[in-house]
Amino acid sequence: MAKLKTTLIAATALVAVAGCSKKRPAELPPPPSETPPPAPAPVDNSGQVGNTVVPGSAADFKQSVSSDTVHFDTDKSDIDPQAQQILDSQAQWLAKYPNVRITIEGHCDERGTREYNLALGDRRANAAKNYLAERGVDPSRINTISYGKERPIALGSDEASWAQNRRAVTVVIE
Amino acid sequence: MRFATLWKLVAAFTFAAPAMAQTATMPPSQAAQATAPGQNNGPLQVEITGGAGAPTPIAIPPMPTTQTVNTAAGSTDVLGQKLAGVITDDLRNSGLFSPVAANRLRAVTVPEVTAPAFDYWSTTGAQVLVEGYVRANGDGSLTVGCYLYDVYARTELTGQGFVVQPADWRRAGHKCADTVYTRLTGEGPYFDSRVVYVSETGPKAHRIKRLAIMDQDGANHRFLTNGQSIVLTPRFAPNRQSIVYMSYADKQPSIYVYDIGSGRQRLLVRGDRLTFAPRFSPDGRYVLFSMAVGGNTDIYRISASGGAPQRLTTSPGIDTGGSYSPDGSRIVFESDRSGAQQIYVMNADGSNQHRISFGGGRYATPVWSPKGDLIAFTHIGGTFQIGVMSPDGSNEKLLTHGWQDEGPTWSPNGRVIMFFRTTQGGRGTSDLWSVDKTGVAERRIPTPLDGSDPAWGPLRP
Repeated sequence: MAKLKTTLIAATALVAVAGCSKKRPAELPPPPSETPPPAPAPVDNSGQVGNTVVPGSAADFKQSVSSDTVHFDTDKSDIDPQAQQILDSQAQWLAKYPNVRITIEGHCDERGTREYNLALGDRRANAAKNYLAERGVDPSRINTISYGKERPIALGSDEASWAQNRRAVTVVIE
Repeated sequence: MRFATLWKLVAAFTFAAPAMAQTATMPPSQAAQATAPGQNNGPLQVEITGGAGAPTPIAIPPMPTTQTVNTAAGSTDVLGQKLAGVITDDLRNSGLFSPVAANRLRAVTVPEVTAPAFDYWSTTGAQVLVEGYVRANGDGSLTVGCYLYDVYARTELTGQGFVVQPADWRRAGHKCADTVYTRLTGEGPYFDSRVVYVSETGPKAHRIKRLAIMDQDGANHRFLTNGQSIVLTPRFAPNRQSIVYMSYADKQPSIYVYDIGSGRQRLLVRGDRLTFAPRFSPDGRYVLFSMAVGGNTDIYRISASGGAPQRLTTSPGIDTGGSYSPDGSRIVFESDRSGAQQIYVMNADGSNQHRISFGGGRYATPVWSPKGDLIAFTHIGGTFQIGVMSPDGSNEKLLTHGWQDEGPTWSPNGRVIMFFRTTQGGRGTSDLWSVDKTGVAERRIPTPLDGSDPAWGPLRP
């Protein structure tokens, strides 16, 4: 894990360096504590003083974008206007960290049969992926997976729960 | 004829446990022999007409033993009692028989087994009587005799003997129950078979799922996977030696073939696409499956030993859930190409795809009966119900009335459908249930935990 963080930090520093100054790429990147966080105060409440969120990390993503989740109508995979706004926000963040890869998980509510829901979840994940690709995110950075109805987040058997479960979740791969 | 074909297939493979033998030397009963099986013998055919007939009263007393001997499965006198229990449960659960209450069953002596006390049995209300015996053979095996009598005509209808290893004693009971059942109903046997399914436990947001296998009556239950990855939709190979299923191991949803004897498994379809919904062809040479490419799911076929998939459907809709007709010539599947899930049939090469479901609502998870005469499915209306229809889509009949009943699978004789029923709400769970194809005898299958995705295996030889 430490190795991975170092890689991300280095990538981040290089981006910052390349975009903003004339420093040579061979110069050592500044240590993390001196790098200003690209977003407001971290939501991490571990209580550790000075524990900033690592730029380009999954935690950074979640607190930076308007949402990591878009929702769908019953049996549909259309990206509606609200979903478009959310995905636009994700695309902006992904543009800042071009080396970050993501997985989009497609999910369904329980009101479908097992195998059809696997296919529908895949359809939803790919709908979100295609929208991001149209917004400039290289599709080779985007993995998709379908969980069908296997992993609901809302447990009731009612419209409100089902609406929450019909979703595509963007997850940063760390 | 189809079962004969299965037997030939079985003979080609070595089997870990010896196949059950039928002994030729059975003591003849002293009752008059009925006319040969298959000949209509008056009122002794159990009618299967939409469940309209009352179940046939049947007496199944405990089986005596020629000599009480301790075996690896317990002493033979206790086995005789347990065997009667296995037979009683099988026949009662079919919905077609009404066993005489235990307190009206008289203990039977060995000589009586071949010379029944018809005077007594006719007072119990039983129309038919099953008597048998248990004998420990010198080589460690057991012989179980099984006789079926017509109580009123005082004739023997059939007699069979089964030689088993002690560990397989329950199979002798199932074989005896099958002998009784087939003789009286004219249907094929189904009691000596196993079911593979997904055992479930844990909270609704994170169900722990494990492959499990058991006898069709719930006995001899065994877990096959450890629950670390989501596992779905297991199905038997026709030779019963392996199971094909879908697993999320390594977060790569893929299809595996699991060898029951060795416990080893192999990846069937290579690549990083989402692959799921696998099902063997009746001859075991192919596996149908679904693959999602860029958001579009179609049905493919692959050799059971792996290789290059052959694509069968090309519609831009979701095509999934393929199931072969028993002669292997056609495939029934579900597709939403019309806008919502409906049932389609095509030739095995993918040609002549045509829709067969036209009722209200949606239709999913179609499965062709081993008899070829019916297709079972999940109907999605306000609730999910199990139904059957003819292969041309006619004669549709909905059978169950749960909130969410789905995923039918057929017994080997095409009479009984097992499915899973999910209950509503945050603590909703799934359990295995079964129902006769006429809609009678709906009952829950006992499992140690919750259950879903059942798949009924072929009859064991």
